[in-house]
Amino acid sequence: MYGMLIAIGSLTLIGLTLGTILGAAARQFAVKEDPLEEELKAMLPGSQCGQCGYVGCGQYAAALAKGEAEVTLCAPGGKVLIEALANKLGVTADLSGHEERVPEHAFIIEDLCIGCTRCIRECSTDAIMGANKLMHTIIVDACHGCAKCVPVCPTDAIVMVPVQVTLRNWHWSKPEIEQTQPKQEVAHAH
Amino acid sequence: MKLFPILGGIHPEYRKELASEKAIVALPMPVALYIPLQQHIGAPAEVLVNEGDLVKKGQMIARSGGAVSSPQHAATSGRIKAVTDVTAPHPSGLPQTTIILEPDGKDEWGDLPEPITDPFTADPHAIHERVAQSGIVGMGGAAFPSAVKLNLGTQKKLEILLLNGAECEPYLTCDDRVMREYPDEIIDGARIMAHALGTARVVIAIEQNKPQAISIMTKAASAFPDVEVVGVPVQYPMGSERHLVQAITGRETPARKLTADLGVVVHNVATARAVHHAVRFGRPLVARVVTVSGGAIREPNNVMTPIGARIADLIEFCGGFSARPESIVNGGPMMGQPLASLDAPVVKGTSGILALTAEEINDRPTSACIRCGNCVTVCPCGLSPLDMAAFIRKDNLDVAAKLGVMDCFSCGSCSWVCPSHIPLVHYFNYAKGVLNDLERESRKNERIKSLAEVRIIRIEKAAEAKRAALAARKPASDAAPPSTGGEAKAATEEKANT
Ligand code: SF4
Ligand code: SF4
Repeated sequence: MYGMLIAIGSLTLIGLTLGTILGAAARQFAVKEDPLEEELKAMLPGSQCGQCGYVGCGQYAAALAKGEAEVTLCAPGGKVLIEALANKLGVTADLSGHEERVPEHAFIIEDLCIGCTRCIRECSTDAIMGANKLMHTIIVDACHGCAKCVPVCPTDAIVMVPVQVTLRNWHWSKPEIEQTQPKQEVAHAH
Repeated sequence: MKLFPILGGIHPEYRKELASEKAIVALPMPVALYIPLQQHIGAPAEVLVNEGDLVKKGQMIARSGGAVSSPQHAATSGRIKAVTDVTAPHPSGLPQTTIILEPDGKDEWGDLPEPITDPFTADPHAIHERVAQSGIVGMGGAAFPSAVKLNLGTQKKLEILLLNGAECEPYLTCDDRVMREYPDEIIDGARIMAHALGTARVVIAIEQNKPQAISIMTKAASAFPDVEVVGVPVQYPMGSERHLVQAITGRETPARKLTADLGVVVHNVATARAVHHAVRFGRPLVARVVTVSGGAIREPNNVMTPIGARIADLIEFCGGFSARPESIVNGGPMMGQPLASLDAPVVKGTSGILALTAEEINDRPTSACIRCGNCVTVCPCGLSPLDMAAFIRKDNLDVAAKLGVMDCFSCGSCSWVCPSHIPLVHYFNYAKGVLNDLERESRKNERIKSLAEVRIIRIEKAAEAKRAALAARKPASDAAPPSTGGEAKAATEEKANT
């Protein structure tokens, strides 16, 4: 009983001390974030998927702010983001190599899933549900289509599928007459 | 009553005479009814029946799916054949979940809720409840759940219930016929709604091209000092909620506000009749009058149609096509939408089915804008269609949004008047679709961002807990503040262990 009290007491003490030290350190060593960097960071999807080649959105934003990175690296952001970034940074984006994808989400072929939980650990937005040895499934609303989970699956059970056009998101396509450049049907804005 | 002018507007060829003198006739019960779960604005209804179930007329077969939603009822007695995907009455022709009901030919009513015997002393809540339960939605076309609109009285101070009998769309005569044939039911329903809303006055607005309806409704209203019938000028789009309110009160409803903010709530005349049935007899909304008209229809008519009858059934009942239809339109020719398939069902918001000939549509090749400004003159929202269309054409949707494209309600006046036949309203529909998509997308991105943040915090917390546990095992003096490297390591460890 007494031992437990000591344990609790010491834990609390440690927690408090560490907290204070951490807090002080945070203030002491706080890096003054560049306002431009902050703005760029706010424009990025923020899902930390790492497809740009940087650890997360913050690092990509920092590289962008320093002019060290291309504006075309963020796949989930798509053309809209590329244009917005180019605009912000006053550069012209080279869209020639950019292939605009239709919005996609991951889909788990349930028969193939062995419930290894690897994809769950990979997903940066908690969009995969499931438990050890139990079938997993994707929460479509939380999946932003970064496809990070696809390569980690040992049984190739994850595929990317286009987001379906339904009555809720369907809309008229652009009038065809006078269309300035030939373009595929735009059922989605991206 | 003093009326106020509305902005812009046009005077299209009305062609109402095709159907206006045809008394309402009932459609013989088709071999199957297709009742979609979503016939209204808001969340779809939730299915309550299974394949093989026997249902009675008026039985609820899908319940309301949320605060803004509406239940669905069986339009006749019979057997549930399936719950499956069926083409929606929508220009995309995309499917939606639909209950297929095979009528048994008996058309037997099931147990209905008790009539509310004295609605004018009843608690307004009882009336909201009844209207919600009865699946009543705006029958002018927008199909907004009526009970939600009746509830506005609890949030806002309301003065007028404005009943919309303008029916400003060409060809359509269903409201005209309902007013001429069931004036007492409409007025009773309207007075019940006014009681539920707490408004002192009911104003019934009818365009002056319906003199019989005006005189019949005026006579029926004469017994009630609080009900007034007004003839409003014939000017498309007079029947738009905001414009009708402006004509009656002289006040403009600001963008992104409701007419209720001006103390006026607008309901359609047919909706009032549905409220009468629900309150006085406990009957849900299971049928509506649909105008079937247009140059390609052999016998234009006003047909009392069970909800869920296929459009093909209706057209066949009206003698089929007498000429090749260039377009089948769901609703009026100005704001209605082309239909992708005749297999789609009639729903609660279907006011008309038009089969139009090439001549009536008058589709001509587009030429360049001559900057005549006609579109600006007619726009009832005070927008500049030519500028908006030019920017949309160049994919400059941001500028179009700044010019107010989201305030455009697609009345079609600008397209109608344009001498160069530029599909202006099509541009706006496209732009509104894309802008809505972007908005949805950015809302999703916000969510994704917060999900990612929550995850990071969780991982850090777990790492912290692990450190603390580790520290507790060692003597306290050994627990030096961990370096960032250690933290990252702990985080990866946690990752590997989840
Ligand atoms: S009505 Fe047509 S031609 Fe005239 S200004 Fe408008 S878009 Fe141009
Ligand atoms: S369709 Fe839109 S832009 Fe054209 S007249 Fe109507 S409200 Fe104005």
